[in-house]
Amino acid sequence: MLEIKDLHAFYGRSHILQGVDIHIDKGQIVSLLGRNGVGRSTTCKAVMGLVPARGSIRYQGEEIVGLKPHLVARKGIGFVPEDRWIFPGLTVLQNLQLGLKSRKQKGRWEIKDVFTMFPNLKIRRDVQGGLISGGEKQMLTICRTLMGDPDFIMIDEPTEGLAPMLVEQLAGLIKEIAQRGVSVLLVEQKLSIALKISSRLYIMGHGRIVFEGTPEDLKTNQTVRKEWLEV
Amino acid sequence: MLEYIFFSTINSLLYGMLLFMLSSGLTLIFSMMGILNFAHASFFMLGAYFAYQISQFVGFWPGLVIAPLLVGVLGALVERYGLRSVHKHGHVAELLFTVGLAYLIEEIVMLIWGRNAVPYQIPNILDFALVNILGTDLSAYRVFMLVVSIGMFIFLFLVLTRSRIGLIIQAALTHPDGVSTLGHNVPGVFMLVFGGGSALAGLAGVIGGNYLITEPSMAAHLGPIVFVVIVVGGMGSLTGAFIASLLLGAIQTFAVGVQVSLSDLLALFGLTPEPSGLLKDFLRIQISHTGPILPYLFMVLMLIFRPKGLMGKRET
Repeated sequence: MLEIKDLHAFYGRSHILQGVDIHIDKGQIVSLLGRNGVGRSTTCKAVMGLVPARGSIRYQGEEIVGLKPHLVARKGIGFVPEDRWIFPGLTVLQNLQLGLKSRKQKGRWEIKDVFTMFPNLKIRRDVQGGLISGGEKQMLTICRTLMGDPDFIMIDEPTEGLAPMLVEQLAGLIKEIAQRGVSVLLVEQKLSIALKISSRLYIMGHGRIVFEGTPEDLKTNQTVRKEWLEV
Repeated sequence: MLEYIFFSTINSLLYGMLLFMLSSGLTLIFSMMGILNFAHASFFMLGAYFAYQISQFVGFWPGLVIAPLLVGVLGALVERYGLRSVHKHGHVAELLFTVGLAYLIEEIVMLIWGRNAVPYQIPNILDFALVNILGTDLSAYRVFMLVVSIGMFIFLFLVLTRSRIGLIIQAALTHPDGVSTLGHNVPGVFMLVFGGGSALAGLAGVIGGNYLITEPSMAAHLGPIVFVVIVVGGMGSLTGAFIASLLLGAIQTFAVGVQVSLSDLLALFGLTPEPSGLLKDFLRIQISHTGPILPYLFMVLMLIFRPKGLMGKRET
């Protein structure tokens, strides 16, 4: 479904991604782990066309490196950014409506599904996005991306700053996304959720992939965990 | 007195709405793209000249529609083929580009229409006194300007709050990347906003050009005051731009009629200093003479005490 090969990206003169290789199959949840600043978010942004990149990104057999972000999105790739990017002046409902690529788009997700899953968002549907809580913002930003009916979604640090109960709920949502046939790239720092829900994991260090394997492989590999994940 | 207040209110409203037509586009362009467009008032001037030229062939009314559209298309082309290429070199390059463009437009206008004012007249059908209020005539054209500018305000408000493209524009004001990753063509929206903003400036030129004077320096005259509006209103806030436009319109209009000086004010409190030289002249300056500098004074104070403006969202 998605195959990234030898991906390089730069911020000014700093060489952030130094040859990243990742592949994800249909309906899989794959996690991308690593410490802060190793290039995990940049990888997502490079796929999305938000930072200039070199190398190859093949999505459903088609080369998409260098495409503009809105064209990448229209190919069926969704991105949930770490900063959430909730539009503060628009209501919760309007935020969701902008997730639709066109007014008439019909996909796997409808606004009423979102409101069933997250009754809080239903109650606050007419409240401005800037005024809802951090947890609600996180759910809203994921649901907004889902409204565009992506076949592949990248979720960047969704658990950051969330209460443990919400993390559980979020894990449930990500599994539900995959069950509906959407592939997921989960960028995380928390090992626990990644180990629990992903079928494969990548660990990044210094702009490269330094480990690839199943959750079982990682659980038994103390050296890798110590060197690349623990602080 | 009542007459002075009534007509000053009408005039300040007119001037304020004219300012808003210019500043609304400028503030949208600034908050969305980060571009301080120094050529914005030039589009206002082009609106006036285009309308003059069109009125020579087919009269005022077709010009009212065609001239803003032409200016809008021109603005969109400037964004698409000029600014978009300059964008990758940063905001300073963009700013210099718009400054250069302002000069370029002024020179081109002088080449085509000459250095002197052109006789762009208000249409005959509106050239009469609509009503006589308190002994002074209220001209039909002024009422017409007011109607057009209020109509435009309502239209802009509805587009931005009720239409899907309006929501996309509002969202792109704060998170353009967020909007583009949802599959919306943000560069296209930029072009549309730049074109739309230019068209609004053009419309202000069409209805203001014959009320004021259509001459090559009109852009340079109005340009700075529009920046005052967006600084005072708060960069990126349409509501702020609206309030600031009306406020500055009122300050400038009402100041003209106030024949009071600082020494008169001091006298009210029983103070009658009798200085000599410069200070004496300073105390004798009447408020009516300070009208043109008041907005800039206001801007400087605003930047010192409340840099984000009345309703601004970002500190600039």
